[in-house]
Amino acid sequence: FCLENTDPRMRGRGIQLLSQVLLQCYSLLQEKEVLHLVLFYESRLQDHHLVIPSVLQGLRALSMCKVLSPGLAVSVLKAIFQEVHVQSLMQLDRHTVYSIITNFMSTREEELKGLGADFTFGFIQVMDGEKDPRNLLVAFQIVRDLIAKDYALGPFVEELFEVTSCYFPVDFTPPPNDPHGIQREDLILSLRAVLASTPQFAEFLLPLLIEKLDSELQSAKLDSLQTLTACCAIYGQKELQEFLPSLWSSLRREVFQTASEKIETECLAALHALSACLSRSVLSSDSEDLLDSFLSSILQDCRHHLCEPDMKLVWPSAKLLQAAAGASLRTYHRITRSVLPLLLEQYTKHTQSSQRRTILEMLLGFLELQKKWGHVEEDESTLLSLQAPVCSVVFSALTDPSVQLQLVGIKALTLLGSLQGFLSSSDMELVVDHLIRLTLHEKDSQSSEAAMEAAGSLAPTYPKVFSGRMVPRLEEELQSGRAGKGESYHNHCSSQQRCLQALAAVSTHTSIVRETVPVLLQHLQKVQKGTEARNTQDMVSVCQSLHRVALQCQQDVEACWYFHQTVVPCLLAMAVQAAMQGNTHMLPGKALLEEEVLCAMIPVISAATTHLSPELAAQSVSHVVPLFLDGEVSFLPQNSFPCSFQPFGDGECLEAQRRLVALLMAFVCSLPRDVAIPQQEWLLRELLALSCSCNCPFTATTAAKCFAGLVNKHPAGQQLDEILQLAVNRMEPGLAEGPHRMQALTLLLWVRLALDEWGRGARGPSLAPTALPAQVTKALVLRYHPLSSCLTDKLLGLLGDTELGPAAADGFSLLMAESPDVLHKGCHADVRIMFRQRFFTDNVPKLVQGFHGAGPDVKANYLKGLSHVLNHLPKTVLVTELPTLLSLLLEALSCSDHVVQHSTLSCLHPLLLEAPQIMSLHVDTLVTKFLNLTSSPTMAVRIAALRCAHALTSLPTTVLLPYKGRVIRALAKPLDDKKRLVRKEAVAARGEWSVCGSSS
Amino acid sequence: MVGPGSGAAPLENANPLIYRRSGERPVTAREEDDELPDAIDDREIFDLIRSINDPEHPLTLEELNVVEQVRVKVNDAESTVSVEFTPTIPHCSMATLIGLSIKVKLLRSLPERFKLDVHITPGTHASEHAVNKQLADKERVAAALENSHLLEVVNQCLSARS
Repeated sequence: FCLENTDPRMRGRGIQLLSQVLLQCYSLLQEKEVLHLVLFYESRLQDHHLVIPSVLQGLRALSMCKVLSPGLAVSVLKAIFQEVHVQSLMQLDRHTVYSIITNFMSTREEELKGLGADFTFGFIQVMDGEKDPRNLLVAFQIVRDLIAKDYALGPFVEELFEVTSCYFPVDFTPPPNDPHGIQREDLILSLRAVLASTPQFAEFLLPLLIEKLDSELQSAKLDSLQTLTACCAIYGQKELQEFLPSLWSSLRREVFQTASEKIETECLAALHALSACLSRSVLSSDSEDLLDSFLSSILQDCRHHLCEPDMKLVWPSAKLLQAAAGASLRTYHRITRSVLPLLLEQYTKHTQSSQRRTILEMLLGFLELQKKWGHVEEDESTLLSLQAPVCSVVFSALTDPSVQLQLVGIKALTLLGSLQGFLSSSDMELVVDHLIRLTLHEKDSQSSEAAMEAAGSLAPTYPKVFSGRMVPRLEEELQSGRAGKGESYHNHCSSQQRCLQALAAVSTHTSIVRETVPVLLQHLQKVQKGTEARNTQDMVSVCQSLHRVALQCQQDVEACWYFHQTVVPCLLAMAVQAAMQGNTHMLPGKALLEEEVLCAMIPVISAATTHLSPELAAQSVSHVVPLFLDGEVSFLPQNSFPCSFQPFGDGECLEAQRRLVALLMAFVCSLPRDVAIPQQEWLLRELLALSCSCNCPFTATTAAKCFAGLVNKHPAGQQLDEILQLAVNRMEPGLAEGPHRMQALTLLLWVRLALDEWGRGARGPSLAPTALPAQVTKALVLRYHPLSSCLTDKLLGLLGDTELGPAAADGFSLLMAESPDVLHKGCHADVRIMFRQRFFTDNVPKLVQGFHGAGPDVKANYLKGLSHVLNHLPKTVLVTELPTLLSLLLEALSCSDHVVQHSTLSCLHPLLLEAPQIMSLHVDTLVTKFLNLTSSPTMAVRIAALRCAHALTSLPTTVLLPYKGRVIRALAKPLDDKKRLVRKEAVAARGEWSVCGSSS
Repeated sequence: MVGPGSGAAPLENANPLIYRRSGERPVTAREEDDELPDAIDDREIFDLIRSINDPEHPLTLEELNVVEQVRVKVNDAESTVSVEFTPTIPHCSMATLIGLSIKVKLLRSLPERFKLDVHITPGTHASEHAVNKQLADKERVAAALENSHLLEVVNQCLSARS
């Protein structure tokens, strides 16, 4: 029988078999059987060393038995501790021992604790000398459990510390292709958890940390600092007491001297943790408060540096002080009590703006900490007692001629304003006056913009002061007559511009919005009536301001509804009014209908609509849609118009009214999904007709977009299919011939786009795209696949059309781009990326095929389409697809169309950087073509060609050297290009080629 | 950043005053217009040389105020460029090297039609005359650039900052 064979190998095999069996069936064993087996295995531990691995396997199986009788765990462990010299075993067998211990620790905690410190000692012997990272991770976990579960350490604390701390700092680089995937970081974190698990280690650990912190090794320093920070979470004053002076001096030295930002950050974190730990410690009656003396030494060492704003140590000192001050309310008071008066005094002492700026920036750092403690406490706060000097310093910064100082001043002001109860109402009035002055009269635009932002962030806290002081002042300025007081016209415009911006910026509270919106609308009306040439630009500016206000209102239900209710009818009324004024050109007010202005109104209406609640939106939609379909004008503010409003009616004179479809689009396409649109089918039909038959490209495109936007949200079903079929029916003859081919193409593109998005749209807004299984997404897109691929094919076919080809090629850019205008809803961007790849795999072969079969006059269209597709493809996909397409791209470089040239160059640029090996094969062609294109008549092409020539330098030097002379000579010519931007690229490219081949 | 002067020898000017870098030149609408020509102006030349690295410090010539825009003069029509540079201290042994770096940068970056004049701001260096003479001597500049070690150092100064 094997188990008793005299040959240890045979015995070993026998036991191995038994152990294997046990590992499979340990859960089925009876208590008695387990007892016998345990006794057997224990006795085998004394056997030949060849047998031991199998014995341990068996014991591991038994350690997992639930029915192990009490006492057996202890006896197994005792036997192992006694009989086995663990560290002379193989890695796997050592791991088995750790597993046995872990198993027992998790199931027999009470029994093991009965062993007392012997268990700890036994384990120390087991792990002493362990080298394998896999085992160390387990061993560290065991130590952590020993400490966390409160096993008796007895006299062995120091031994336990020694046996683990000898690995600190961890120095381990995983071998390449390591299958176990243990990283250095894993070991570091695991060891840190052990070392920082008990205050009992403190007396041994802290000297070690200080020693490593003083070493030269960067990683050792970092590890020590992070471990120290971790320790502070559980240490108290008692543990730290002895080591505080040397810890502080090491930290200070590092922050003052280090060049590494990382070390500085960790030092500051450690100081923060130390201060926090000391602040937290409960004092016994007889001990002194160490925090006080610790902070005193910090202050003593850092304070004087603050007085020398030219010196290098100002910032490190300030950062140290701030790290300590941020630890607790006590440290904050202690430090600011000493530092703030000093800084204020220094500020007045120094007169140079740059020094004042440094001081104010430090002050700002301390003020920021105050925010952490919430409102200012009256009796304790140093800050409150310094209120007057702080304010005067900040105000003086605001009037300083240095822009940089002003900017810091504005930041400080914003901060002071956000501290509740710090600024009195009279101070606040002063603050607002300063902000008004900076906004309106400061020359530097940076300062005035910062002042506007400050006003915007303070306004919600002090709405009264802002609506009472700032808004009227801005209004007055806005209305002040044109070019009065000897102001130049240009100056006047820029001040109007600033007023508009400021009005928008300060509208961050409902009560202020109620004041500013009427001012803005009034101004818009005034401008509309004016006759000056800049009207268009002014109206666009007002719309931009309104847009900003709309965005700021979106989160506030009340403000949002107010804005919608006030602005949307007003804009519509103004537009309708303008459109009614007949066809006489150059009438005042007509400017409102210019494309530029309408395009500026679209985002205003859209932003005012997207965040409406469904009920309110439904209320609004019941006014707006009848306005367009039935000419129902009664809800508009001034509703007496000379004739009726029929944007969908026939007739030449209605051209102007039709343009307003843009505003309808802005509204209906921004509505929440679940809002039903009255008379939707009628509306869709009208839009379809308009998009196919209107002569004005702007109107036709807008109608097509609006149609697409509605289709996109349309629920699936027969109705949708019908309307789509109708669209296809209208589109096809339109595309074939007639004056409206372009319009039909636009419609095709937008419908195609709407179908792409439709899959996403139909899901409803509440589902996050990531939460949706891929096959569902695909299924939804696939449902309309027949039609959308049919439309794509149509588009591909049009590339061969001499008239529509170029536009069709540009259409590919639209299809590939980020969801534009009306289809831009919720950023489901990741789906779009997949979509692009699909589009690429589905259609690029067709494009390539079409290219080869096409006549010479339309070949460029295919190349253009291709380059649009490639341009929008993720670079990683592009690089993998490169070999098949490269020859075509190289051919495209010779194409005479500059759009093709430009987009091909921008495709090649990343490839040069990311796939230099493949590109090296074509270096000859590339060099020649790039150099040729540097003299293209189009600036953008010249720039792109030079960038590519520059990127060529990332190819291997040996490939480049033969061309070096030629390229440098050829690049001399673009150095004298008439355009500065081209010269800049030429300089960069030639400079890089000049050093090519030198060893640096 | 190992310049020839570092190594065992201590830095000549260990704690220089540091000046603020001017930002990127903003692109104007005119510059984006394909048709209108942009003349080469002082700022454009200054942009070429302001980011040259100092041989000793990890700083640019602009940050050390060695070059300033007011000391750059260009005449596009007559194809002349004149650059004055100011060594940080009057005994700076790097003056020639700095001058050479500026010169090489301009040679590489400007059309050949330009005549270059690179010299020390009058009265700011002990051996101003000797340095200027070296920099003006075409053959000596050419010979200096044949020296592969020197070329390496110059290229280092001209390399983009890592």
